[in-house]
Amino acid sequence: MELSNQGIKKLILYIILLLGAITMVFPFLWMISTSLKSEVTAYVFPPSLFPYPIYWQNYIEIWRLAPFGRFYFNSIIVAIATTLGQLITCSFGAYAFSKCKFPGRDVLFLGYIATMMVPFSVTMIPLFILIKGLEWIDKYEALIIPFLFSPYGTFLLRQFFMSIPEELTDAIKIDGGGHWINFLYVVIPLSKPALVTLGIFVFMFSWNNFLWPLVVINSTLMKTLPVGIMFFQGQYAVYWTYIMAATAVTIIPLLILFLLAQRYFIEGITLTGLKG
Amino acid sequence: MKLKKSQRNELISGLLFLTPNLLGFIIFTAGPLIVSLYYSFTHFGVLSSPKFCGLENYRQLFSDVLFQKALINTLYYTVGVVIPLIILSLVLAVVLNMRLKGYLLFRTLYFLPVVTSTIAISLLWRWIYDTNLGLINYILSILQLSPIDWLGSTTWAMPSIILMSIWKGLGYNIVLYMAGLQSVPSQLYEAATIDGASEWQKFIRITIPLISPTTFFILIMSIISSFQVFEQTYVMTRGGPVYSTTTLVYYIYLNGFQWFKMGYASSIAWVLFSIILIITIIQWIFQKKWVFYYGA
Repeated sequence: MELSNQGIKKLILYIILLLGAITMVFPFLWMISTSLKSEVTAYVFPPSLFPYPIYWQNYIEIWRLAPFGRFYFNSIIVAIATTLGQLITCSFGAYAFSKCKFPGRDVLFLGYIATMMVPFSVTMIPLFILIKGLEWIDKYEALIIPFLFSPYGTFLLRQFFMSIPEELTDAIKIDGGGHWINFLYVVIPLSKPALVTLGIFVFMFSWNNFLWPLVVINSTLMKTLPVGIMFFQGQYAVYWTYIMAATAVTIIPLLILFLLAQRYFIEGITLTGLKG
Repeated sequence: MKLKKSQRNELISGLLFLTPNLLGFIIFTAGPLIVSLYYSFTHFGVLSSPKFCGLENYRQLFSDVLFQKALINTLYYTVGVVIPLIILSLVLAVVLNMRLKGYLLFRTLYFLPVVTSTIAISLLWRWIYDTNLGLINYILSILQLSPIDWLGSTTWAMPSIILMSIWKGLGYNIVLYMAGLQSVPSQLYEAATIDGASEWQKFIRITIPLISPTTFFILIMSIISSFQVFEQTYVMTRGGPVYSTTTLVYYIYLNGFQWFKMGYASSIAWVLFSIILIITIIQWIFQKKWVFYYGA
């Protein structure tokens, strides 16, 4: 009796998990299914999850109908530059906030991370005027440089740097090395997991960023993927097979990145979440 | 006041390490923040320079029906997303935390929507919500129900956007809750079991109070981000039909970049910022009443 009760309980739990999982995954399967159908088979009623015959043409057509190659290139350039830049500035900042002992440090740090609460829509208009004044509209600079600095990234790395024992730092000081040596040869090499985590988060943020590129990019050839896909949708609004192929092409790189580096995603969320 | 030599060195190195961040912060955050406050007191189109007009923009907000609608829509969205998000992610995290076989695979699947672009996901859901050929109306037709114009009706457009946003945000909060659950000491459950407590009693009396710091964190973060919802409405409805999904950030975008009323847009942005600030402060004050830090 006891055993079968346990069994029923387990069964119910699995059903809950399974229902949840189907809800999460099915839209993606539907996207891929539609993207592999032709205009004719996609709109057949009742719809089928399995495309037959499999129609690869959409994936070829979209590159011809819009400069998706160029959108990809732009997204990759912007995401990589933003990621590298933020890793550098944030690790500098995090080092100052964790390993340099100057008066007022912690107050300054709190003030800095408090600005995470400022909605982007507040600073966006003056930022746009600034970028216009610098003549960066339709340039990579506009997409990259404002995002090279981040209280969030500084916060994440500082949490990690704080956990590096002082004894390691002191040993360097006895040997006559300064902060620079300590930063470069002790703290950074020990912080690889945190740096990878931050790198992945920044890459994801940059890859998916939309409102700002929407505002500062007018020329089609400078659009990043999310803005480019909206441009594409505007022109082929009723061609769902094309749009689903384009959507899949936008989403899949990040899904792969996530599956490969899942541990870092989870750790990053836990690291910033629990101490928050 | 004189600093010792070692202290002075610390200060100088600290400032050097901070220079890139501080410069970037001043130019791209602090500066624009102050300028935006100034703009909010001006008439400012794109071609003209800003002209000071005192509180006029703010006064205009009181009689702006669209602004009020955007504010109500944003509140509707926030309540509609945050409450189900907290309940669903807590329940799923508790089930996942029982570590049944394959629980990590489930966690992975729940997390998939989190990493994807909201723009792409919103396009995908537009297709799912499509009135004639969409998946959801197909399911309704199997159940002998008549189709619904999900994104084209003033009643259903917002709930449709809310549903998608819950779907997208669930995995992130599940991961936070799972981390929170792991910090609940297992002795408490063991002691409760010896005292004859039921599963439900343990959940209500132990789990909920002990993970309240996580709940507090999720509550604050999800309210802040929900108040800034933009991409979903931009892609799925363009704020329509009849402004029924126009949110505050969408209205800021309309004013600032479609109608070129940048001063007015700035004043809306500051109202948004003030609301977020006030709600967050209120939550900090009230956390003492319900957030419980174990061992503290």
